[in-house]
Amino acid sequence: MKKHTIAVIVNDQPGVLQRVSGLFGRRGFNIESITVGSSEEAGLSRMVIVTTGDDHTLEQVTKQLYKLIDVIKVIDLSSNPMVARELALIKVNAEPAARPEILGVVETFRAAVVDIGTHTLMVQVVGDSEKIDAMVELLKPYGIRELSRTGVTALNRGNAK
Amino acid sequence: MVTQGTTLKSKEELKERLSRPEVISGSEILLRSLLLEGVDCVFGYPGGAVLYIYDAMHGNPDFNHVLTRHEQGAIHAADGYARASGKVGVCIATSGPGATNLVTGIATAYMDSVPLVVITGNVISSLIGSDAFQEADITGITMPITKHSYLVRDVEDLPRIIHEAFHIANTGRKGPVLIDIPKDISAAQTLFKPVTEVSIRGYNPTVSPNKNQVDKLIKAIEQAERPLILAGGGVVYSGGHEELYEFVTKTQIPITTTLLGLGAFPSGNELFLGMPGMHGTYTANKSIQSADLLINIGARFDDRVTGKLSGFAPLAKIVHIDIDPAEIGKNVPTDIPIVGDVKTVLQLVNKQAKRADKADDWRAKLKASCEQYPFSYTDSEDELKPQWVVELIHETTNGDAIVTTDVGQHQMWAAQYYKFNKPRSWVTSGGLGTMGFGFPSAIGAQMANPDRLVVSINGDGGMQMCAQELAICAINNIPVKVVIINNQVLGMVRQWQELIYDNRYSHIDLSGSPDFVKLAEAYGVKGFRASNKEEARAVWEEALRHPGPAVVEFVVRKEENVYPMVAQGSTIDEMIMGDAE
Repeated sequence: MKKHTIAVIVNDQPGVLQRVSGLFGRRGFNIESITVGSSEEAGLSRMVIVTTGDDHTLEQVTKQLYKLIDVIKVIDLSSNPMVARELALIKVNAEPAARPEILGVVETFRAAVVDIGTHTLMVQVVGDSEKIDAMVELLKPYGIRELSRTGVTALNRGNAK
Repeated sequence: MVTQGTTLKSKEELKERLSRPEVISGSEILLRSLLLEGVDCVFGYPGGAVLYIYDAMHGNPDFNHVLTRHEQGAIHAADGYARASGKVGVCIATSGPGATNLVTGIATAYMDSVPLVVITGNVISSLIGSDAFQEADITGITMPITKHSYLVRDVEDLPRIIHEAFHIANTGRKGPVLIDIPKDISAAQTLFKPVTEVSIRGYNPTVSPNKNQVDKLIKAIEQAERPLILAGGGVVYSGGHEELYEFVTKTQIPITTTLLGLGAFPSGNELFLGMPGMHGTYTANKSIQSADLLINIGARFDDRVTGKLSGFAPLAKIVHIDIDPAEIGKNVPTDIPIVGDVKTVLQLVNKQAKRADKADDWRAKLKASCEQYPFSYTDSEDELKPQWVVELIHETTNGDAIVTTDVGQHQMWAAQYYKFNKPRSWVTSGGLGTMGFGFPSAIGAQMANPDRLVVSINGDGGMQMCAQELAICAINNIPVKVVIINNQVLGMVRQWQELIYDNRYSHIDLSGSPDFVKLAEAYGVKGFRASNKEEARAVWEEALRHPGPAVVEFVVRKEENVYPMVAQGSTIDEMIMGDAE
């Protein structure tokens, strides 16, 4: 089972997210993460979907997506050099005594503290999914109260293809 | 019977009158747009959310609407209309329960790639999402079973949406398109300007194939010693039956057609092996398993055709011609993929196609096999056999009727024993296997073909799922001949329970069903019954002579099974032959 990152350019229409996610669901394709936002062209949205499966599955995903009228283009980003980024907000237990240690981790990861509570810190980290996984692992011992990840967004590199 | 008796000239005048830019309501825009699309018959059922639309129909002499007795009847009729004519079928229902009653019919059409435009009303836009009276999210509910759907938000969009819907439904891989129209949109007034152009950025089906792939096919045919054609519904839908005939004639390659492909190739031809699959012919199934080249033309390798996938066509190089790229390689790994419209592809192929010269032994072998193993059953002089009934129908209609069926044993016997020679003469729910489809689809087929004989073959189970539509046959004098092969049991389920569930018959007994002759007469339709061969021939011929609709019940025994049979999970050459064994 390989992980694939695909971009799906869709008409910015009501229901289009349901069409795409519904297709994954009913055909038994896995969605690891999905992000949606505007694209470089007005009226079009860009979805980035991380899915797992063999090459046959990826081919079927692509072909089935193209059958949706609102899908304009499907790009297999991970078949070429790409930049993939995710943002996470992590609210971690941080009594005053523990704070210097946590700040050390934050600095090493080039993350940022974006909120300070009486007993907590909120850390914002940006990077590829592995970096965020690592950050989460390191903060776990302090007690993670809440965690929110955006899912991956990605583009192919300028000199790719 | 209701028909539109319009001459060419009056059609032109009508078109001009309809195209005139005028300020009219969304409902009138809908009706005008449908007429401009060439729709001559719509099946539907009114209700609260479509009151404006039905109001616009009132006193409108141009618009032909058939009031069914259930929305399910309306959509199956629209489906039968589309399959038997090649035109887009149209039906209308109200919001909520009206719309949800269409769901089975939409799924039926989607599975078999039938072009429909399905119009539903919805509650007033401002009430959408509030659980209003008779509100259902029908675009959401039908998303997995429509080719596309629209929820109209602005009356200005309506002409474009309707035109797009017809284009999408009837191009590429065909299918149902749903248009959901909130009540305020059907009431809103605007200046109507007909839309004749269509431009949908994300939609551009591949019609012409890749030349290199076609060349590869030609080469493969030259080299093949055991080539075989598997043709499906795509041949019928593309109108490519003549091209298929030319291809077979030129190459002399034996051919089998799927259930939906019946009629795409004349069954009397000596290269025709019959239908493959679960209840296919011995020769068709065996030939697939020993072929060295399998040319799939517009079929989708359905599991009822392939049996156990890993053991399907083990020796064959696979060629797959399909308008839908997603079908290629979906179930069966393909060596030569050809994406395109079947008719267009075959036109190109036929320019180069030559006789498959290395296949003489193969042809002779298959011909002998067809003679040795035809479909067969043990006939009886004492009781009616369902297979004999189908043979009687075939003989008395010269194989020239449009036959619609329901789903189950009678469907398979109709497929096996009615020998089709023309496309669009066979209307059956293949993919979804929808009981209740057989009879209402015949109404649609008859509306599309007023001058042809339409015979609807049903079981006693499925007939009771849409029997209420007998009313519209009587009222509109739609002269469908409705056959009920009554074995007092859900026969196909009984067969599986006998063969696979060790004779444990569970909830299949239909004894106590109504007297079908009386039922027909209650609706004002002539009813007949036969229990032996002599009666059968006499009443059937009388029913055929009767100018209006007729119901003919043939009483048969319940123990008859459909053979050959490939059990689920077996490869298709592992056939239970039944009586022929």
